Amino acid sequence: MDFVAVLAIEFLGSIAILVLISIGLAVVFGMMKVINMAHGEFLMLGGYVAIYGTNWAGLNFWVSSLVVAPLVVGAVGMGLEWLVVRHLYGRMIDTMLATWGISLALVGAMTMLVGNTTQGLSTPLPSLQIGAYSASGYVLYLIVLAGLVVALLYALFKRTTFGLLARATTQNADMVAALGGNPRRIYASTFGLGAALAGLGGAALAPMTGVIPTIGASYIAKAFITVISGGGAVIAGNLSASVLYGVVSQVFTYLYTPVIGQVALLVAAMVLIRFLPKGITGRFFKRSI
Amino acid sequence: MTKQQYPVLALVAVFGLAMALPAQMQLYTVYEATVYLVMAILALSLAFIWGKGGIMCLGQSAFFGLGAYAYAVAALNFGPGVVACLAAVALPALGAALLGYFMFYGRISDIYVGVITLAVTLILFNLMNSTSGPHYHIGQARLGGFNGITGIPTLAWPDGTPLSPAALFRLTAGLLVAVLAALGLYLRSPAGKLALAVRENEHRAELLGYNVALSKLSTFAIGGAVAGLAGGLFANWGAFVSPTVFALLQSAQIIIWVIVGGRGTLVGPILGCIALQWATTQLGTQQVVQVNLVLGVVLSAFVLLVPAGLLPSLGKWVRPLRAARAQGGPLAAAGPQRSARHEGGSGHDA
Repeated sequence: MDFVAVLAIEFLGSIAILVLISIGLAVVFGMMKVINMAHGEFLMLGGYVAIYGTNWAGLNFWVSSLVVAPLVVGAVGMGLEWLVVRHLYGRMIDTMLATWGISLALVGAMTMLVGNTTQGLSTPLPSLQIGAYSASGYVLYLIVLAGLVVALLYALFKRTTFGLLARATTQNADMVAALGGNPRRIYASTFGLGAALAGLGGAALAPMTGVIPTIGASYIAKAFITVISGGGAVIAGNLSASVLYGVVSQVFTYLYTPVIGQVALLVAAMVLIRFLPKGITGRFFKRSI
Repeated sequence: MTKQQYPVLALVAVFGLAMALPAQMQLYTVYEATVYLVMAILALSLAFIWGKGGIMCLGQSAFFGLGAYAYAVAALNFGPGVVACLAAVALPALGAALLGYFMFYGRISDIYVGVITLAVTLILFNLMNSTSGPHYHIGQARLGGFNGITGIPTLAWPDGTPLSPAALFRLTAGLLVAVLAALGLYLRSPAGKLALAVRENEHRAELLGYNVALSKLSTFAIGGAVAGLAGGLFANWGAFVSPTVFALLQSAQIIIWVIVGGRGTLVGPILGCIALQWATTQLGTQQVVQVNLVLGVVLSAFVLLVPAGLLPSLGKWVRPLRAARAQGGPLAAAGPQRSARHEGGSGHDA
């Protein structure tokens, strides 16, 4: 029984981590049909803000990771949207390439600023004893955090004016403009929201992995695969793909090694894309967000 | 002389120049220049897949890396000869065909192709990084994980003497010219024309009864083979290969060469590659600005400001001038409204 509980925590944790690293990308892709190649670097920035906020500025870890990191990275995202991305809407491939340029530039800039060594942060929660086994308390926190993020995002899209406008813009930006909305501002805030979510995710994962300027690359493959497999619906797609890949990679990690887990994730993704080219929500749960 | 003969003449001239050059250069310069040419072959592979075939492969380094590892493993097991070179070309071509089957027969769209190819590269990077330890070996070759494979034997003549740096330079230059000529000829064949047609309008090609998925698959596999050839030469050049051949920066660089040189041409990316590699080497000698930062800014700036790339833009600026002179006055110029897209079609064969 204890063993089952520990195993369940590990599976849920694996799913929660996928949700945290990919939800920001999913928001930008689902709402704007833009693949943000700098997403991994936004995660990296979030991690650095949390680390410097806690170790250097002396802030409480929870404040720097839950409040400061999303705000700072969201602002950086909006700045870059204004500078580069807004000129390229409608040219999907060019947006991808331009954001890839941003991603390289951010890696270079951070390497110049903080150097090329891994910086760490102590895990702020003790481990938990369940019978004869111990589970990481921080993983439990990540599960709760991922749940909260999804719930709040759902509320934002379903219950607020911004959410209504954002969803309307997704369907027909010209109509929104004709009715007096401002699609440009909505795109800018949606991109900012995606960046802020990336900042939050990166900050939350920083104590587990440490941060180095090139860490974005290790997140980005999983985030891409999750979002692409999820399809157009932001929350339903992201959740369903996260659950699927979280379980697949955790099973193979458990049976073999973490690397085999990653390969299994990729193979599962290729097979899935072969049969569901529009992603899971292109076929199922079509009317969800 | 007819217009069709110009590219042939140019190729012969470049080939002759490349054969004569090593005698005039210092050993270190020959060594440096060889890797520029190796990377030019890599740039050519993406110029073919993306510029001509219209398939946006963001993870071209996957095939480059596969070629490098295939050469290394085969050379350590079977000696540095024909088998190793064939392995370097065949394995990436097979890999590209397999990946292409899933992507093109699954009918996934451009943007998904980009993301999936990139993800494959990243996963190969992680996979090769984790192969440290003596139990990860293929025949005689230890994969070596993060440290890579060292001591890869250099290509040798049939009697066993390794090629000299000058010979290696000549071989690489010869292969670059040969691949360029072969791809140019392929694009004039029916299969190549179909590839161009698919780039221009996939639906129309399909409605005319062509097998679009198969055409894309062949384009992709040929590009994979060329990238693999570059990878094999690279492993042979440095006698060393590590997982960084799969790194994100490597993929990004290939894209940047093509963007800067010009999508839609085969020669532009080669020039872009050589120019940028030279610039990167110069940047590497100073400590103030990070190379990544510069490359990233270059990529974003070109996408925003010069989306067609340098070579086609140059053509666009020069051509009205030349037309004006031919017709006897600047007022007869074709005008800026002649679309670049029209000119960028099958006109750029070389």
